[in-house]
Amino acid sequence: MPKDSGIGASSKRREDVRFLTGTGNYTDDINIYGQLHVHFLRADVAHAVLNGVDTSAAEGMPGVQRIFTGADFEAVGSIPCGWLITDRHGDPMQEPRHPVLAHGKIRHVGEPICAVVADTLAQARDAAEAIVLDYDALPAVIDMKDAIGADAPKVHDDLTGNLCYDWGFVEENRQAVDDAIKGAAHVTTLELVNNRLIANPMEPRVAVGEYNRADDFHTLHTTSQNPHVIRLLMGAFVLGIPEHKLRVVAPDVGGGFGTKIFHYQEEAFVTFAAKALNRPVKWTSTRSEAFMSDAHGRDHVTKIELALDAENNFVAVRTETYANMGAYLSTFASCTPTWLHGTLMAGNYKTPHIYVNVKAVFTNTVPVDAYRGAGRPEATFQLERVIDMAAHELGVDPIALRRQNFITEFPYATPVAVEYDTGDYHATMDKLIDIADFAGFDARRAESEAKGKLRGLGVNCYIEACGIAPSNLVGQLGARAGLYDAATVRVNATGSISVMVGAHSHGQGHETSFPQVISEMIGIPEDQIDIVHGDTSKIPFGMGTYGSRSLAVCGSAMVRAAEKVINKAKKIAAHLMEASEGDIELKDGRFSVAGTDKSVAWGDVTLAAYVPHNYPLTDIEPGLEETAFYDPANFTYPSGAYSCEVELDPETGHVKIERFCAADDFGNIINPMIVSGQVHGGIAQGIGQAMMEGCAYDSDGQLLSASYMDYAMPRAGDVPFYTVDHSCQTPCTHNPLGVKGCGEAGAIGSPPSLVNAVLDAINSGPGKKVAHINMPLTPSRVWAAMQ
Amino acid sequence: MKVSMEVNGRAVSGDIEGRTLLVDFLREGLHLTGTHVGCDTSQCGACTVHVDGAQVKACTIFAAEAEGAKITTIEGVAAPDGTLSTVQQAFQDYHGLQCGFCTPGMVMAATSLLKDNPKPTEAEIRHHLDGNICRCTGYHNIIKAIMAASGQEMPALAAE
Repeated sequence: MPKDSGIGASSKRREDVRFLTGTGNYTDDINIYGQLHVHFLRADVAHAVLNGVDTSAAEGMPGVQRIFTGADFEAVGSIPCGWLITDRHGDPMQEPRHPVLAHGKIRHVGEPICAVVADTLAQARDAAEAIVLDYDALPAVIDMKDAIGADAPKVHDDLTGNLCYDWGFVEENRQAVDDAIKGAAHVTTLELVNNRLIANPMEPRVAVGEYNRADDFHTLHTTSQNPHVIRLLMGAFVLGIPEHKLRVVAPDVGGGFGTKIFHYQEEAFVTFAAKALNRPVKWTSTRSEAFMSDAHGRDHVTKIELALDAENNFVAVRTETYANMGAYLSTFASCTPTWLHGTLMAGNYKTPHIYVNVKAVFTNTVPVDAYRGAGRPEATFQLERVIDMAAHELGVDPIALRRQNFITEFPYATPVAVEYDTGDYHATMDKLIDIADFAGFDARRAESEAKGKLRGLGVNCYIEACGIAPSNLVGQLGARAGLYDAATVRVNATGSISVMVGAHSHGQGHETSFPQVISEMIGIPEDQIDIVHGDTSKIPFGMGTYGSRSLAVCGSAMVRAAEKVINKAKKIAAHLMEASEGDIELKDGRFSVAGTDKSVAWGDVTLAAYVPHNYPLTDIEPGLEETAFYDPANFTYPSGAYSCEVELDPETGHVKIERFCAADDFGNIINPMIVSGQVHGGIAQGIGQAMMEGCAYDSDGQLLSASYMDYAMPRAGDVPFYTVDHSCQTPCTHNPLGVKGCGEAGAIGSPPSLVNAVLDAINSGPGKKVAHINMPLTPSRVWAAMQ
Repeated sequence: MKVSMEVNGRAVSGDIEGRTLLVDFLREGLHLTGTHVGCDTSQCGACTVHVDGAQVKACTIFAAEAEGAKITTIEGVAAPDGTLSTVQQAFQDYHGLQCGFCTPGMVMAATSLLKDNPKPTEAEIRHHLDGNICRCTGYHNIIKAIMAASGQEMPALAAE
């Protein structure tokens, strides 16, 4: 019988009511009395020397308050990168200055050059058209391998070249891996592209800056997944504003998927300009601007080699990856292709020798950073594709080959520096085979073939490391921040509770799922508990939401804070009932004395805490409010097995996705409905990557896919119903709820099975055999590969 | 120029520039911020409203073109006492939304569909939503919600 509240219940989302009635409060819904509007004049060339900017004609146009250029920001800090990578030789990565507005040089299409602040947005746009830019175009570097050639134009003149770093992991393993590959019975080699994507949350970015001169106090309202991170980065590194004079508010946020983690120039600009003009300043991105200013994702070119012994055991994996950084280092750009990618190259398999090389490259393109999965989809895709390819080369069943090499004993220390605490990869594979009806596949294939179509079935496994992250570990790896999280449980006098959390909900449903945990712990109804998030003036210093960390890290902080509250409440209850504290039990919202019929209600105790007339004041303080910071001991390692079944029209190359099934192990689950929804959305983004999404630049650096008419996002007719299951549960061993992250799994786990399925369909036919097709598998690419 | 129309049953008017889009008049002129702007090429559907009963993307027409029209926005869908419409309630019951940004457009599009086609098939629903992009849900639960709102059983595959 499903529960109707607390942990494990599919509680309906309370936040839905405001979203369904148009009463949400997104950043663009915020309008402050006296506000001005800014329009950014952005580069329409990819690479140029910027000789000068003539704003004189624009300055006199109606409504214009001021036009800012790069010169106004010379004394302002660089937009920082949050992670220092040390290369194979022990040297730090090359880290260029990232200005708020371009100064002296233009480095990508879309880079902001001038900011026109006017009374209305239309006036600002009109005036921007009267600005004259004096620039000399330079040859652009777009292709990564070209960019690190000897004669390539330099994106940053003050760096030694376009190579940001050449990272080896684990460098000490390099020789052993080379030796294992030399001695292997079989080596499968695959070169592939992990296509460049654009995250495209449906809400474009927005920033509103405010300044109160009397208090010298700044407020930034912004579309962020992590307001404290923005306060830290912008305050400390860019504008030099102390924390107590800067408030960052991220209200309702319309999706993030990673691209709203990062600190962007526009946030710094509106905060700076609000003080300079002593008026609120608002910026709302158009979708066109979003395409050329939101950090892009993925964009890896990889060669992977999988070596097997004569019994088909994996003996070594060696990879060489080129990772595009774009023109500047975005906040987490440097760690995505390294620590979030290299550490996952063991996958679900007991491969003893692994070496990962990553060359990060500057190009004249928009900065590239974390997008849903961030490094882990890239790792999973190459590994699961090369395993499928090896199975075909060896003539063995791809599932059997995987099963033979599964890790089965936990904890398991991989050769790439992580320790999996728990998992059961056979269980999720067994579940997948059941829910996807593999037994009926041959009959379905025969039906397709009778219609002149081809049918394919693709499978893959995945593991990922999320719940980011142990601070002492990431500190050793170059992170410039801790990655704990924090929660304050504030119990009110009448027993209702407000929980202030560092995590930020922008679609994940925290306002519903977090109270389920507190409700379970205390035994009071969920509707007595509210979650407060997204405002640095209200919440403790938490690091926000990304890397599938909210429940595993911030939820754990909330549990620890609630435990402190309960312990104190038991002391109060013991006093009220004149009993020993050790005999007090809390169940269903009542404290009782074990072995007696004495009890007091939760509300009696909370009232006593705030009206302490009969209260042990000499022993404990009045009030009932506790804060906890939680720093995880390890990552969490969700895992699973996914399958895709496609029907392919060999005449056109069109692929129809007939079934997509996912068997995941997320450990314990708080709200199954929300978890399923997260997986659905992740799968759809994986379908997007595998089948249709592709960010395209021409050789001059013009962004060709810069609108929804050119960048193909999955629409309702492009996807099937999904079958998802999360009944295989090996609880995380190191956090109090036994939970693993679920937010990114769908996007990490789905692309390989889609590609594997299409190749299976093609190779089941009478025509040419195809070993690999690079994503996205558009009809033209599929058809061309078959010819 | 002056423009007058009826929005959610209330007569409204405003002084606007001729180039003002209906969506901007709703959001900025009338402070009805439930109608969202997700793109600038009339592709995403977040700004979908009803104009004289027809489903219209409010970024595709000027406010002046709606002179004298009867407009319904997401704020006008629930009953005056706050009771959600059948479609709205189904979206909550079936978890048909996550971040909520595309949701107003989805609800307006779904409401329009069910008015003209009370028992749409799965394929008809997916086709009808072609102009409404959602990045969070993978559409699964949106389709389920609309089928449920039309009183239909869910397909077995969607039952999970």
